[in-house]
Amino acid sequence: MADKLFGLIDLNWRFELTKFKLIRNLFKSRWFPLLAIIFNLFIFVIILISGLIGGFSAGNYNFGIMIVWILWWVMLMFILVPIFSRAWCLMCPFPVFSDWLQRGALFVVTGLKLKGLGLKWPKALKNMWVMNILFLVTTFFSGFFTVRPLATFILLGGIILLAFLIGLVFEKRSFCLYVCPVSGFQGLYSQFAMAEVRRKDPEICKNHKVKTCYVGNECGYGCPWMLTPFNFTKNTYCGMCLECFKSCPHDNMAFNLRPPGVDLLVDEKRGLDEAWKAFIMLGIAMVFFLTMQGPWGFLKDWVRGTSLKGYLTFISLHTAFSLLIVPAIFLVFSYLSKSFSGAKEVSLKKIFTNFSYTLVPLGLGVWIAFSVGIVLPNGSYILHIISDPFAWGWNLFGTRSVPWTPVFTGALGHLQGAVLIVFYLFSLAYGARLSRQTYPTEEQAKRGWIPILIFLTLATLAFLWLYIG
Amino acid sequence: MKLRKNILIISSFIVYGLWFMPGSAQAAERFFEIKAKKFSYTPNIINVNRGDTVKIRLLSEDVHHGFFVDGYGIKTSAHPGMEGSLKFIADKAGRYTFRCSVTCGEFHPYMVGYLVVGPNSRFWLYAAIVLVIGIGSLITLNRARKTNG
Repeated sequence: MADKLFGLIDLNWRFELTKFKLIRNLFKSRWFPLLAIIFNLFIFVIILISGLIGGFSAGNYNFGIMIVWILWWVMLMFILVPIFSRAWCLMCPFPVFSDWLQRGALFVVTGLKLKGLGLKWPKALKNMWVMNILFLVTTFFSGFFTVRPLATFILLGGIILLAFLIGLVFEKRSFCLYVCPVSGFQGLYSQFAMAEVRRKDPEICKNHKVKTCYVGNECGYGCPWMLTPFNFTKNTYCGMCLECFKSCPHDNMAFNLRPPGVDLLVDEKRGLDEAWKAFIMLGIAMVFFLTMQGPWGFLKDWVRGTSLKGYLTFISLHTAFSLLIVPAIFLVFSYLSKSFSGAKEVSLKKIFTNFSYTLVPLGLGVWIAFSVGIVLPNGSYILHIISDPFAWGWNLFGTRSVPWTPVFTGALGHLQGAVLIVFYLFSLAYGARLSRQTYPTEEQAKRGWIPILIFLTLATLAFLWLYIG
Repeated sequence: MKLRKNILIISSFIVYGLWFMPGSAQAAERFFEIKAKKFSYTPNIINVNRGDTVKIRLLSEDVHHGFFVDGYGIKTSAHPGMEGSLKFIADKAGRYTFRCSVTCGEFHPYMVGYLVVGPNSRFWLYAAIVLVIGIGSLITLNRARKTNG
């Protein structure tokens, strides 16, 4: 019998979008996603210039601040990640310079031998830990880069430079795979996405001895993310660069729509690094809400660094909360799960790790609800800055004088409440299935699920109280 | 099937009850003097009851600050030495953010406070839904176990 999400959607349901010739041809063209990357590069050049020019001015009338922290962030959390997986990675301009350097060309396939030192990324760091720490450290400066144009310039410039330097030294997209602070949470939450890149017919891949999707050919480079597209099972590390569509001589790669969250059930490469990413994201969401959408002035002073003591207190509490307290609470509930289940043979680590994936839907919901609270009151600034990106008095689209206009902020609470409930439902739906994967018998799975269900309920209530209570 | 029906009936009662939770018996006039200073308000949370008439006197302690109330769509502003005022009937229950409507510095978009119009039926409504889903999920699980057992 088919396993149906909420009793409605068959988890094995797929709809291949690349069966349409237009989309397939687009995916196989070398112009795509290159044109999207070049367009975004152009936008990011404007962002960097406006950040530099804007200096220490208030960020709400700065192109860089508004495009990055309002428009881009919201697009990422609302559409790109939950629907299209790592669609941002597909069009991200950050690694374009290292790609260019390694390949010696932007458009054509120049050969299989790449330039640069091409060192292997250290084995001990082939996980999400570097990204976890870097993302957390980046949020230490949230009180600067989300409001000060120059800080955004430094942050983005630093990331672009780092991407280039790492591409110079290490092979292919090591930066994207192991370092980029934006990559980690996209990877984690892309497991929830409603789209995927997968092979079509396993037999074709099996009989295709030269794995061109991995090694490349004259039509496309071998997977820049150093993955094996012929046996993709989850979205986490697929940067959707589409090279495998180009290099597959059998047209055996597909871009599918699917039910949200099915990757959460893929019992492969689950680890503490991804678990901690889920905890860190929850912790950061709470801290961001308290400092940005909360009414407490002293917290805002802490994150703005008005005093060293306050700033260090913020960093310490933020780190302790995200890295230790949230995981510690979850560990307690994991222990209770083990005790309730009576399954002594299942390790606590396995229970802890497996159930941490229940936080993916909830975490995504928490971030979407948070982002709604940012974009509805502040979105109208975008109309101003697109007309006058450098604050030079331009009026390119005639929208420079549009006043600050909060949109639907009266319904904010309802929107946030509804979003939390929807994603809570997804967490419960997948949690029960994860429990069956974790414990050997149905009875143990049911008992072991109860403490985790309680945790998810309490966590949802906590965020609900924070957002609208 | 019967279990689902019972859960649905109980949930409907809870949700209905919370949605139409009555306000205070007597509406009162409430006055607040709110001081605005980069980037917070004092008091930062104001609690009133649904139906109360709310009068606000806004004072700025440094630069030009605004005061916009989400959901009510009303605003005022104050310069140092030149106060602003607002008067409205708090007829919508729930927590609403009031926020600075005049660019006052780099943290301006995050200069907010809360107007809580009690009873906060909006929060209790969503909290009840979460609890009903959670408890319903547990009951269903337990029932399924008994059936299997």
